[in-house]
Amino acid sequence: MRVLGWIYMALAYVFVFLPVAVLVAFSFQDGRLPVPPFQGFSLRWYEKVLGNDDLMAALGNSFLVAVVSSAIALVLGFLAAHALARVRLPGSVLMRGVLIAPMTVSYLIIALGLLTMFGAAGVKLSLWTVGAGHVVINLPLCFAICFAAMGDQQRSAERAARDLGAAEWQVLWHISAPMLAAPLAAAFFLSVTFSWDEFIIAFLLTRFDVTLPVEIWSMLRSGLSPATNAVGSLVFLVSVTLVVALELLVFRRAK
Amino acid sequence: MTAGVSVRGVSQRYGGALALDDVSLEIMAGEFVVLLGPSGCGKTTLLNLIGGFAEPTRGQVLIGGKDMAGVAPKERPTTTVFQDYALFPHMSLAENVGFGLRMRGVAKAERMARAEEMLALVGLDGRGDRRPHELSGGQRQRVALARALAVSPDVLLLDEPLGALDLKLRRAMQDELKAIQRRVGTTFVHVTHDQEEAMGIADRIVVMNGGKIEDQGPPREVYMRPKSLFAAGFMGEVNRIKVKGGVSALGMMAVPDGVLCIRPEAISTAGALRLGPCRVRDAAFFGGYVRAHVVPVAAPDMVLVVHLPQGAEVAEGQVLDLGASAHVVL
Repeated sequence: MRVLGWIYMALAYVFVFLPVAVLVAFSFQDGRLPVPPFQGFSLRWYEKVLGNDDLMAALGNSFLVAVVSSAIALVLGFLAAHALARVRLPGSVLMRGVLIAPMTVSYLIIALGLLTMFGAAGVKLSLWTVGAGHVVINLPLCFAICFAAMGDQQRSAERAARDLGAAEWQVLWHISAPMLAAPLAAAFFLSVTFSWDEFIIAFLLTRFDVTLPVEIWSMLRSGLSPATNAVGSLVFLVSVTLVVALELLVFRRAK
Repeated sequence: MTAGVSVRGVSQRYGGALALDDVSLEIMAGEFVVLLGPSGCGKTTLLNLIGGFAEPTRGQVLIGGKDMAGVAPKERPTTTVFQDYALFPHMSLAENVGFGLRMRGVAKAERMARAEEMLALVGLDGRGDRRPHELSGGQRQRVALARALAVSPDVLLLDEPLGALDLKLRRAMQDELKAIQRRVGTTFVHVTHDQEEAMGIADRIVVMNGGKIEDQGPPREVYMRPKSLFAAGFMGEVNRIKVKGGVSALGMMAVPDGVLCIRPEAISTAGALRLGPCRVRDAAFFGGYVRAHVVPVAAPDMVLVVHLPQGAEVAEGQVLDLGASAHVVL
């Protein structure tokens, strides 16, 4: 039975990671197509990808959108969570619900809604509009993580800080946020990974400057190539790095 | 550095419940006042009103002669030592203690020097770079005290600061609190439900119950001459004997009508107010005294608690002729 358990586990991992492994393996293909047989090891596709200005620009755009939109979503989510956890407001349950609701709406619907709205308001599509879309999808996540982390320990520390002469912004900056450093970092890194990988909103809300997933999609339209595998491997590497950093920096320390 | 507090006709309503009912209290500058009472008596509510964490429904709070209506905690010349310490876990002890000064814009070098000075005051000198989680409960309490005193408040509010400590540590800390208060001269308003702690530290004890002040005065006076039955009972054990028209269950007694209250240690074989012969039901040696339950021969339904001198040898069933050396009729 023990052996069966191990086999089951191995199969599960293979199921999850085989596609990624294949993707990464054929990014090193010394040939024109990323399909078997493996014709030899080469780094030329990476060279090509790293030398592709459009791709590198898209990579930079993705990074910018991810970091800026996540930072905004985090600040807004944290402030909303703090207010709803600390102040008794009429209808606070409803407000909480409405804040979290966008989580249940598909990205496609959010993108279409934003597209219509920006069109009506005469806002030109740009990285800013994608960023706005990513704030919309990440704000509920940041809010939920921050709200769940608000506890009585912070509440009494905040009270003590006010008693010692801290203004409200100083309470947030010196006490609430540092005490919640781990959940805040978790929310930020998760938001960055979601924004980094996001395609539909980025596709519908950009025009000339595009993010990496959109650039990859346009590469795919011209057919399979080990170059797309190389890009995919790089994207995967960044995501993995983020998750590992999150694990090491935040969760390890929290323990 | 120090200021008096004046509470005038203050009431506080939480929903339908009246937490404080028309309370007035004058606290002198530099005084160590203890608000004593059971949970729910309004003592913490009163402390919160002085600290500015709540506004009274009716009445006025003045500190140093200034009306505090609408003044937020951060603007008040008060700081608080909280029961749960409320230390900042992400800051070192020195940063915790220096926090109030930092909020007042004091330069780093100066506030670190002051923090070290305050840590020395509470016996934690040289440990400024530790973190709160490295400390024991008693040490955390000291840091909370140093932090609250570092900004030189006029009035220090202490909300059951020793409540989370074990008995032995509590007794040691209360002596220290008293010594620190003498040294800094700040007005201390201390909330507790432990009457021994109250007697150990207070210049004046304010006994509260049901949102009202039952009695107040120096420990000796509140203990020996309480002004209400509640205060008598809360300050320590008391024997109650009803007297009407000079007659009680024990016979004739030359005291006014009311409830005759006698502390267990006031009863002995001497004593001017004679209680008559009493049979010892049981006795136990308590170290400093011998605690006995006695039944008056004249009133077999009554049981009196008596603390006899350490050397007293009493046996069960023995009959003693007892009297009270001190009493109060309420």
